[in-house]
Amino acid sequence: MKKKMRMAAFFLSIKSYLRNPVSLVLFLLVRLAALITAFVFISLVGYMLIRGVPHLSLDLFAPAYNTTNLSLLPALVNTVVMACFSLLVAAPLGIFAAIYLVEYARRGNRAVGVIRAAAETLSGVPSIVYGLFGMLFFVLSLGWGVSILAGAFTLAIMILPLILRTTEEALKSVPDMYREGSFGLGAGKLRTIFRIVLPAAVPGILSGIILAIGRVVSETAALIYTAGTVAKVPSTPMGSGRTLALHMYALSNEGLYMDKAYATAVVLLILVLGINTLSGFIAKRISKGTVAADG
Amino acid sequence: MLNARETVMKWVFFVSALASILAIALICLFLFVNGVPAMAEIGVFSFLLGKNWMPSGGIYGILPMIMGSIYVTAGALAVGVPIGILCAVYLACFCPKHIYRFLRPMVELLAGIPSVIYGFFGIVVVVPLVRDIFKVQGLTMLTASLLLGVMILPTIITVGESAIRAVPGPYFEGALALGASKERGVFFVLVPAAKSGIMAGVVLGIGRAIGETMAVIMVAGNQPRMPAGILKGVRTMTANIVMEMGYAADLHRGALIATGVVLFVFILLINLLVSLLRTREKP
Repeated sequence: MKKKMRMAAFFLSIKSYLRNPVSLVLFLLVRLAALITAFVFISLVGYMLIRGVPHLSLDLFAPAYNTTNLSLLPALVNTVVMACFSLLVAAPLGIFAAIYLVEYARRGNRAVGVIRAAAETLSGVPSIVYGLFGMLFFVLSLGWGVSILAGAFTLAIMILPLILRTTEEALKSVPDMYREGSFGLGAGKLRTIFRIVLPAAVPGILSGIILAIGRVVSETAALIYTAGTVAKVPSTPMGSGRTLALHMYALSNEGLYMDKAYATAVVLLILVLGINTLSGFIAKRISKGTVAADG
Repeated sequence: MLNARETVMKWVFFVSALASILAIALICLFLFVNGVPAMAEIGVFSFLLGKNWMPSGGIYGILPMIMGSIYVTAGALAVGVPIGILCAVYLACFCPKHIYRFLRPMVELLAGIPSVIYGFFGIVVVVPLVRDIFKVQGLTMLTASLLLGVMILPTIITVGESAIRAVPGPYFEGALALGASKERGVFFVLVPAAKSGIMAGVVLGIGRAIGETMAVIMVAGNQPRMPAGILKGVRTMTANIVMEMGYAADLHRGALIATGVVLFVFILLINLLVSLLRTREKP
């Protein structure tokens, strides 16, 4: 019975579309666009997996890089180190800045407008411009040389606006009731922030930080002239080392070992997709959490 | 004592908040200080409007690269804007829940895929495709535009979708009550009402396309001459910087940094446009 009704509705809608060619065309175009988008994603990821997975081997994860194994392990280690260093700089700055914007700044405070504008401008700056700046400032002016540290600081500036914005949103989504309750029990502002507001905002902040890690992992242009392209793990942060994305770029640029390049692409792709999925997963959990808290 | 701690921490938070301002100021300072003198030495007009780039001969004109960036971006818009806006409309108005659950995360993941992967995909799939279809050497403006068009899709889709969703419900209901079909209501009422939000997404996409570096370098051919057609190679400003910075010295290096300055000014203008569109969105 239900099926019959649905069929009837379907034919009715077909009839109305036939009377309305403009609507029909729009109906089809919109679905075509969605199909193309899905197709692009699926073909890109699918192609990489199909061509890359068969070439994954233990060689690829050998402890040291040489021209026969083309190991990606050093690059992977560098990537982790790079992510840690840049977060160490950017996360406190971004979170503190967001605390100021949400908890301290009064409405109509002029500094807030300027800070927001600066953060928004930063988030639009292309990575190659960050790379140029990092080269001029950290590598040359501060004399750090082409090094992991210079790369990490460059990336820290790049992910700062991202952490700032996500933390700001997380703090804003903490209901004012929490703060009022805490003040009512006699807690000071600082205690309220660290004991009540921040813990409630942790999932949101975490999802932003994970997103930032994803950006560090996928960055190339900002690192070529700041962290360099040496294919090993440097003994100190002042040494040069390539991250996984740069390693991928070098491999495809050389064009000699396509099998290895495919395999490396798969590792990089899975890493980034995993990180972004995790971030999205956590973000979704908080939005459910806040709904529950409100109800 | 307690009060002192409160005050100190308040200042710590405030100073952290100033970090973004400091960062943007330092970026401007270092780019301009290192780039503008070179631009002045070459001559602003012969730098910006010079049609030849021959570092070995001391000729630094970046018009080919400026035009290259503009053409490639325009091509990316031709690919990305129609698909992006239509897909945003689909997600906001037509998408059944069970499809939305998959399509929406796909769009988000598309945004996170590294540019090297896009570039690599371009080399192994798009370049051979263009080569076989058009019988040309595959590193062309068309290839770069196709790839960039896909790369800006997520930006246009996400911003567009939230702009359409922000339009008050009665607009659409009113259209239906007047006898419009669903498609008519969406395209002639909802989409025009969300116009400035959608435009903000498109302009953000322009910013992404013009600043994109690695993917473009890998597929655009990078010949430093005036763009000669969509089936010929081009070099963008971003590519110019990365290709030559490794070995450049003196004035050559200054000229490359000045290229970065020009790119930066483009981006600042685009940001300005986005914030203008954003303020218009909220009346």
